[in-house]
Amino acid sequence: MENSKPLISVKNLSKSYEGHKVLGKISVDIEEGDLVSIIGPSGCGKSTFLRCLNCLEIIDSGSVVIDKIALERKSANEPISDDFHDKAHQLRQHVGMVFQAFNLFPHKTLLQNVMLGPLVVKKEKPDIVEEKARHLLRKVGLSHFAERYPESVSGGQRQRAAIARALAMNPKVMLYDEPTSSIDPEMVDEVLQVMRDLDKEGMTQLIVTHEMKFARDASDYIIYMEHGEFIEISDEDEIFIAPKDERTRRFLRNFM
Amino acid sequence: MIKKILLLGGVFTASLFGAMDASTLYWASDAESDAPYIFHDINDYEKIIGFEVEIVDSIAQKIGKKTVFVQNDWDSIIAGLQRGHLYDIAINGIDVTPDKQRFVNFSIPYYITYYQLVVRADNKSIHSLADCAGKSVGTLKCSNAYQYLEEVGNVDIRDYTSEVNGFSDLKIGRIDAVLFEAPIDLFYAEPDTSLKKTGGPIGKIQYAIAVRKDDKLLLSQINRSLYTMQHNGELRKILERWKLWNPYTAAYLNDYSTVVIEPDGYNDFLNCFYKNISWAERFERYFGAWPFLLDAAWMTMKLSFVSMIFAISLGFFIAIIRVYGPMPIQLLSMLYIEIVRGTPLLIQMLFIFYGLPLIGVEFSPFVAGILALGINYSAYEAENYRAGLLSVHRGQMEAARALGMTHNQALRYVIIPQAIRFVIPPVTNDFISLLKDSSLVSVITIVELTKAYQQLTTNHYDYFGMGILVAAVYLLLGLPFVRFSRWAEKRLTYRYMRHKALEKKKIIF
Repeated sequence: MENSKPLISVKNLSKSYEGHKVLGKISVDIEEGDLVSIIGPSGCGKSTFLRCLNCLEIIDSGSVVIDKIALERKSANEPISDDFHDKAHQLRQHVGMVFQAFNLFPHKTLLQNVMLGPLVVKKEKPDIVEEKARHLLRKVGLSHFAERYPESVSGGQRQRAAIARALAMNPKVMLYDEPTSSIDPEMVDEVLQVMRDLDKEGMTQLIVTHEMKFARDASDYIIYMEHGEFIEISDEDEIFIAPKDERTRRFLRNFM
Repeated sequence: MIKKILLLGGVFTASLFGAMDASTLYWASDAESDAPYIFHDINDYEKIIGFEVEIVDSIAQKIGKKTVFVQNDWDSIIAGLQRGHLYDIAINGIDVTPDKQRFVNFSIPYYITYYQLVVRADNKSIHSLADCAGKSVGTLKCSNAYQYLEEVGNVDIRDYTSEVNGFSDLKIGRIDAVLFEAPIDLFYAEPDTSLKKTGGPIGKIQYAIAVRKDDKLLLSQINRSLYTMQHNGELRKILERWKLWNPYTAAYLNDYSTVVIEPDGYNDFLNCFYKNISWAERFERYFGAWPFLLDAAWMTMKLSFVSMIFAISLGFFIAIIRVYGPMPIQLLSMLYIEIVRGTPLLIQMLFIFYGLPLIGVEFSPFVAGILALGINYSAYEAENYRAGLLSVHRGQMEAARALGMTHNQALRYVIIPQAIRFVIPPVTNDFISLLKDSSLVSVITIVELTKAYQQLTTNHYDYFGMGILVAAVYLLLGLPFVRFSRWAEKRLTYRYMRHKALEKKKIIF
């Protein structure tokens, strides 16, 4: 019974910017080990949703529970308590995030990028951290690039390093915000392959993406979003073959 | 007779802690005042000479005190006296006026003189003050002569801080006449064949020694000494030595006797000043100036380095709270930056040194200099850092936070190291600028390089050679810092970009 409890549970999550609604009362449960793709037109709120899960954006109302750490807010007027900040901080340590623009630290080598989190946040011993970091770089195929600076490697390599950096914190969940959108087409697959490998290891992953083929092949299920709402959550084939909602159909027609 | 100049901090810090020695007479003057008042001996730059120096020595001897000379700018000499804890008396061709009497007491006069118009030798149009209408006339800042000229009306009055500059402008035709005090004319205009006096004496000037209002005992001691000097012929001897004896002073002292006293001081000055010296002699002169300049350069360096370290630290702190602090603190730091940046450094310096003591906050000149320079530059540094912090992409902060770092950890390990590289060039720029702005401390009794330069040049016009010499010293002072920042910048950039540069086979460093 314990296993059936979802790793991520979102209830009635809302978020607005200056009166403009971005997310409206979203609810979803995600089981451990799932790979979920979130698709939808630009500006539909997919990135914001992801950023809310990692508290890079603070939710207006609703609740987010990830690995038993619960964040809740009644309304946007409610002051953000220290307790909320503490929990957000804890939560981030369990959630890895990968950005469209990589956001690697340019003043550090790839190895140092991967090591920085555990060194600073977890205060682990440098030699142990380095060993683990080298292991992670090997895993994403960058063992020969450990001493390079981000400036000097390709987009695909940077994004793989960014994934390794997030993994170094031993996250329970990985969030990807359009991870392949800034990468040359021939490099996209090496990044997606890393995510497939992680899926096999049982990592829970949420991916905001425009890679329909990847979404279709690799996802356990797909969420279609529009105007800040989840229009359709369905099995990966179902949504592409027989979308239930007219809006999903219209969106996918442009891609297929 | 001849004093070793006591430069710089030592005495002042001592005096700040109440250790101003009671057996010593601390006297202030501006060694930039030209002959015959007080000036650097051309033959030995470390000595200051002049008739006022001799008067002070004689007084000190009579009241049984040693003397210590304290340098201060003429403009702030009364303010420094009033402020206290710097010097006991001021003697610097200060004429007794009701304005000044409101703030300080004056001794009995030690010399009476007047203003005198001087024009170019070929001038035929100016014979009196009234003829100055429609002409350009130079005079000394804040003197009564200024008022006389204003009363004429329609005179283009030019302010000079140093008479010597007035004479040189007159000679090259920038102005038509100068109205200075007679002793200056005696030394700089009369021996010069291209200039001539015109018209009779104008006004009457009484030179006296300024003493703090509450220093009643010292005032009476000085008056008694002066009185003795007036009556035993000592004062006359000093004045004659400098060829200053005149009918006004004779009337004041009721001394119409004829005495023959060689004007040694005057002759020595003329010999040095109007002699055409060879380059060899000139270099010997520069060589003699070296210890004095070196002391001053050391002061400039100390001031600049300490101020800059202070400015960098304070600016850094301000920038961080300006960018990342809570709203009210952000506003405060913004206000700080705008106020400090928006008001002149000179005013800040005078305020800190002469203004704050009125509410009981007193700093030694060196500390006040550091504070003024440091605070002023901290505003600029804060803006440099702010620009640096803002130039780091916001994705960097997000990535760091997403890794679980706290805000402070993100700043320390991710944002600031990147910002520092951006700010090295503007901070270097500011240091060079501060190095030069440090010259403003001359208003708070400190002698640094620029002041030393002015003191050495005004009494013998050598702006050329001395100018090159001092400019070279400034360059040398700035150079190590420039080299250091280049090195730091290169090192950071190199590490950062090494592989990219190697890949492109184009190494531009």
